[in-house]
Amino acid sequence: MQFLSYLISGISLGSVYALIALGYTMVYGIAKMLNFAHGDIIMIGSYVIFFAFGSFGMNPILSVILSMVVCTILGVTIERVAYRPLREAPSLAVLITAIGVSYLLQQVAQLLWSANPKSFQSIVTGIGLKPLVLFDGQLTISAEAIVTIIACVIIMVALTAFVNHTVPGHAMLAVSEDRGAAQLMGVNVNGTIALTFAIGSALAAVAGALLCSSYPTLSPTTGAMPGIKAFVAAVFGGIGSIPGAFLGGVLLGVIENLSKAYISTQLSDAIVFLVLIVVLVVKPTGLLGKKINVKV
Amino acid sequence: MPLSRLKHMKKTTRSNLITFAIVIVFYLVVQILSGAGVTSRSFEGQLVPICAYVMLAISLNLTVGFLGELSLGHAGFMSVGAFSGVLLWTVLGDSVPVYVALPLAFIVGGVVAGIFGVIVGVPVLRLSGDYLAIVTLAFGEIIKNIINACYLGIDENGLHFSMTDATSLGMEPDGKMLINGAMGITGIQKASTFTIGIVLVLITLIVILNMINSRTGRAVMAIRDNEIAAQSVGINLTRYKLTAFVMSAVFAGFAGVLYGLNYSSLVASRFDYNTSIQILVFVVLGGIGSIRGSIIAAALLTVLPEVLRGLQDYRMLIYAIVLIVVMIFNQSPQIVAWRKRIVARFTGKKDEKKGVA
Amino acid sequence: MKKLISGMLAATMALSLAACGGTETSSAATGSDGSSSAATSEGGTTAEGTGTPIHLGGIGPLTGDNAAYGIAVNNGAELAVNEINAAAGTEVFALDFQDDESDSEKAVNAFNTLLDGGMQVLVGPVTSNPSISVAAECASENIFMLTPSASSVDVVTAGEGTAFQMCFTDPNQGLTAADYIADNSLGTAIGIIYDSSDAYSTGIYTAFAKEAGERGLNIVQTSSFTSDNNTDLSTQVQQCQQAGADLVFLPIYYQQASQVLIAANNIGYTPTFFGCDGMDGILGIDGFDTSLADGLMLLCPFSAYGEDDTTKTFVSAYEAAYGETPNQFAADAYDCVYAIYQCVQDGTITPDMSAQDMCDALKSAFTSMSFSGTTGENQTWAADGTISKEPKVYQVQDGAYALVGSEE
Repeated sequence: MQFLSYLISGISLGSVYALIALGYTMVYGIAKMLNFAHGDIIMIGSYVIFFAFGSFGMNPILSVILSMVVCTILGVTIERVAYRPLREAPSLAVLITAIGVSYLLQQVAQLLWSANPKSFQSIVTGIGLKPLVLFDGQLTISAEAIVTIIACVIIMVALTAFVNHTVPGHAMLAVSEDRGAAQLMGVNVNGTIALTFAIGSALAAVAGALLCSSYPTLSPTTGAMPGIKAFVAAVFGGIGSIPGAFLGGVLLGVIENLSKAYISTQLSDAIVFLVLIVVLVVKPTGLLGKKINVKV
Repeated sequence: MPLSRLKHMKKTTRSNLITFAIVIVFYLVVQILSGAGVTSRSFEGQLVPICAYVMLAISLNLTVGFLGELSLGHAGFMSVGAFSGVLLWTVLGDSVPVYVALPLAFIVGGVVAGIFGVIVGVPVLRLSGDYLAIVTLAFGEIIKNIINACYLGIDENGLHFSMTDATSLGMEPDGKMLINGAMGITGIQKASTFTIGIVLVLITLIVILNMINSRTGRAVMAIRDNEIAAQSVGINLTRYKLTAFVMSAVFAGFAGVLYGLNYSSLVASRFDYNTSIQILVFVVLGGIGSIRGSIIAAALLTVLPEVLRGLQDYRMLIYAIVLIVVMIFNQSPQIVAWRKRIVARFTGKKDEKKGVA
Repeated sequence: MKKLISGMLAATMALSLAACGGTETSSAATGSDGSSSAATSEGGTTAEGTGTPIHLGGIGPLTGDNAAYGIAVNNGAELAVNEINAAAGTEVFALDFQDDESDSEKAVNAFNTLLDGGMQVLVGPVTSNPSISVAAECASENIFMLTPSASSVDVVTAGEGTAFQMCFTDPNQGLTAADYIADNSLGTAIGIIYDSSDAYSTGIYTAFAKEAGERGLNIVQTSSFTSDNNTDLSTQVQQCQQAGADLVFLPIYYQQASQVLIAANNIGYTPTFFGCDGMDGILGIDGFDTSLADGLMLLCPFSAYGEDDTTKTFVSAYEAAYGETPNQFAADAYDCVYAIYQCVQDGTITPDMSAQDMCDALKSAFTSMSFSGTTGENQTWAADGTISKEPKVYQVQDGAYALVGSEE
C-alpha cells in the first residue's frame, strides 16, 4: 500500500514532467533547437492563472484558456524576435539565445510580480473535483494527480493524431525530416515552426496549471528546475518522439519518487541522472528515439 | 623578434603569439595601473575569477570547438578540481610550506578532474550531439549532488566519512569538519593571486595551443569534421576524443582550484548546470573554435554584470538583453550580411579578409 | 575576428549604458520632507548639521532563487534608514544595497564595489555562504559587518571578531528547539524534513538531532530534500506519516514549509509542525490558505503580530511602504540599522571616522551594549559576534501568532 502510494505520486510528478517534455520534444523535433526558455514560459503561464483565478476569481477553466492564449502569443513572439533571425546560424547560437530569453523572462517576472513566492490555488479543486479515497482511506489519490495523468494521456494522443493525420501535422513532419526539401515542396517553413512554438507554448500553459496545482509554490524561478528535468525526460524517451516524451517523463517521475522514498532523498537526483546515463549508453538515442543512420 | 620575421611566420603561429601578447599586456597594464593606484577594488577583486573563467572557456572550447561536442557539465570538473585541491590545501595547512602545498593543490585538483574526465568520457563519448550534451549535464549534476551529500571529518582517530549527515560521522568533540555537506569547505586560507592566475592562463594556453597544432590536434579536428572519414584513414577515434576531453577536464580542474582558493568558503551548489552554461556562453560568444575569442568573451562577460551594478533592479534584465542582442548581432546570417554591406560602404568596397582567430 | 570586434562593441555599448545609470546610487535617504529645523529636536550628540551621512552597505540576493529574502532585508534596512533620517532631519545614514545572487563570488564583488563607494559599515550579507566569504574579507580589511540573517557559526568564525549577527546561530536554534520540545513533551515520535542542500537548514538539523539524542527524544523519521528536487515534497510528508510521527520538525524556509503543509493537508495528515525563524513569513505568502498553518509552532524572535510599540510602529510603517507584512528578515535588517544608530546616538561613531576606526569602535560598543528592537529586548553580543536574546515560541492561531512560551 505504501509502495502504491509512492508509485502514484511518482506517476503524478512524472505526468507533469511528461507534459513539459511534450512541449520540449515538439519544438526540438521540428525546429531542431533546445528551447531552454520553455520552463520559464510555464512560469509566466502559471502567474497568469494565479492572478486570473486566484486574485480575480475567474472561472478556472477560462483562466487556463487565458493563460494558453498569453503563452501562445509569448511563445510565437519569442520565436519571431529571438530565434528566427538565427534559423540558419549554428545550433549553439540559438541555444545561447534561448538561455538569454530564459534569464529575461525570469527577470521580467521578478520585476512585475516580485520575488516573493505565491501560493497557487489548485485549479483542479477549483473545478470541484475531490480526491479519490481507496481501501478505506489507506490510499488517497489527489484529484490533481488524476487530472494530470488523464490530461497528459489525452494531450499525447491528440498530438500524435494531429501530427500524423492533419495537413499542418504533415508539414511539421516534413520540416522535421528535411527543412530544405520541405520548402521546395511548398511547405511554409517559418509558418510551420511558428505553429510548433504556438502549440508548445499552449502546452506549457497547461503544464504550468497542473504543475502549480500539484506543487503550489510559484516564484520567478519555479519553471527552471522542472524545465531541466523535463528536458532530461525528453532525451530519456528519445527526443523528438511524442510517445517517448510521455514515457520518459513518467519514468523519470517514478524513479525520482521511489529513490526518494526507498534509497536517499539527498541522492535521488543523482540516481535519476545515473539511470539516464545508463539508458543512453545502452541505447544512445533514448528509449523510443529513431536510430539515425550516418551517411558516408 | 624582428617584425619582418613576424610577417613571414606561419599564420597560426602569428595568431597564437598575438593571443599570448594580449594576455601578457593585460597583465602588465593591470600591474602598472594597480601600482599607480588607479584601479578600483571592485576591478581588482574580479581579476582572479576572470583568470579562472578564461581557463574554463579555453578548456571548454577544446571540447566544443575542436572536438565538436557540446558539453553542459564543465562545471562538474571545475567542482571536483576545486574540492580536491582545496581539501588538500586545508589538510596540509601550515604543516607544509606554501611553495610546496600550493603547487601540490593545483596538481591534485588537475589530476582528480582528469580522472573524472576519464570516468565521464568513456561512456559519454560513445554518444553524440544533444544526447552527449544531456549526459554531460547529468554527470555535472551527479557530481554536485554527491559532493552536497558528502561529509568528511578528521579527528585524532583519523578520517571519518559519511553520505548522510554530520552526526553519523561519530567524531570526537575536538574533530574538524573538512567537507560539511551542503556547507562545503569553510575557513579556507585564501591563496589565489592575479599573478598565479595569469601564470595558469599562460600554461593553459601553451599546452592547449600546442596540442591543437600538433598531430593529436589535427586528428581531433579531423574527427570533428568527419568522423567516418577520420576513422577510415586509421585515426583511433576513442583515443583522440578521450585525450581532448580529459585535457579539457584537467584544465577545468586547475581553474576550479584557482577559483576555490580565492574565497574562504566553497560550496558544490555553485558548480551547477547554470555555471556550465555560463562557460558555454563565453565560448559561443567568443566564437566557437576561437581561443582568443574565448579569452576576451570570458573577461568581458565576467566584468559586465559588475559594471551593470549601477542599474540596480534592472541589472540582470539588461544582462539578458545584451546576451540576446549580441548573439543575434553576431550570428544571424542576415544581420552579418547587412553588417558586411555597411562595413564595405565605409571601407570602399574592399573585400573583407576572412579573419583568423 | 569580426565577430569579436562586434561583440566588444556591443559590450562597450552596454558598459557606457551602465556608466550612465551608475551615477545614481540607491540612496535611501530621501525620507525627510523639508523641515530641517526639526534637526535640533532629536538625536542630541550626533554629528548632525555636518550633513555627511554614514555610508551603510548592504549585500543580499535581489535576483535568483533566494531573492525574496534579500529583498525583505533591503526593505527593512531602507525603512530604518528613512525613518532615522526623517526623524533626525538630516542624512544620518546613506544605504547602498548590492545584489549577490546568494553566491560567494558575487558577494565579494559586491563588497569590493561597496568599499569603492565609500562604505563604512556593512549590513549583510543575507545568506550563509556568501557571508562566510565576505566575513573573511571584513576581517582582513577591518570592516564592521552586522549580518541580519546569516546564522551559520562559520560566519562569525571567518569574521574573527569583526562579523556580528542579529540572528541566532543555527546550532543555537536547533538546540533550543529540541530542548523546548523535550521540556514541553510536544511529541512522542518526531519526524524531520530538512533541506540538505542548504547550510541554514542542515546546521539546525545537525544540532537538533544531537540534542534530541541527548534529551531522549524519539526521532522516527528523517527526510530531506535538495534545492533541485523541492518541487514535490509529498513523498517526504508521506514518509513521516508512515513512520507515525506526531510532531514534524521543519528547519526550513517558509516557501518549502508551505508546500509541506499543503501536502500534509492533501493526505489528511495532522501532526504538530514545529519550525524555526525561517518559517516566519509563511502567513504572508500571497494566496496561501493560512488556516492550514493553524497550530504550527515556530521558534522565532520576531512576531509581526506583537503588541509592543516598537513592533507595531515597524509593522505599520513597513506595510505602508511595501504593501506586505514584514517577516523576520526585514525585522532583523531593521534592527541592524537601529543597533548601529544606537552607536551613532551615543557618539561611538561619527561620519568622519574611517571605516577601520569605526570597526574598532563598533566592536567594543557592541560587546558592551544592550539593544532593544523588534526582534527582542535587551539583546547583547559576545566578543565572537554571536547574539544572545530571548528565544520565543509562537503558535499560529487564526492567521496570527500567539506567544506560547519562551525558553532560556
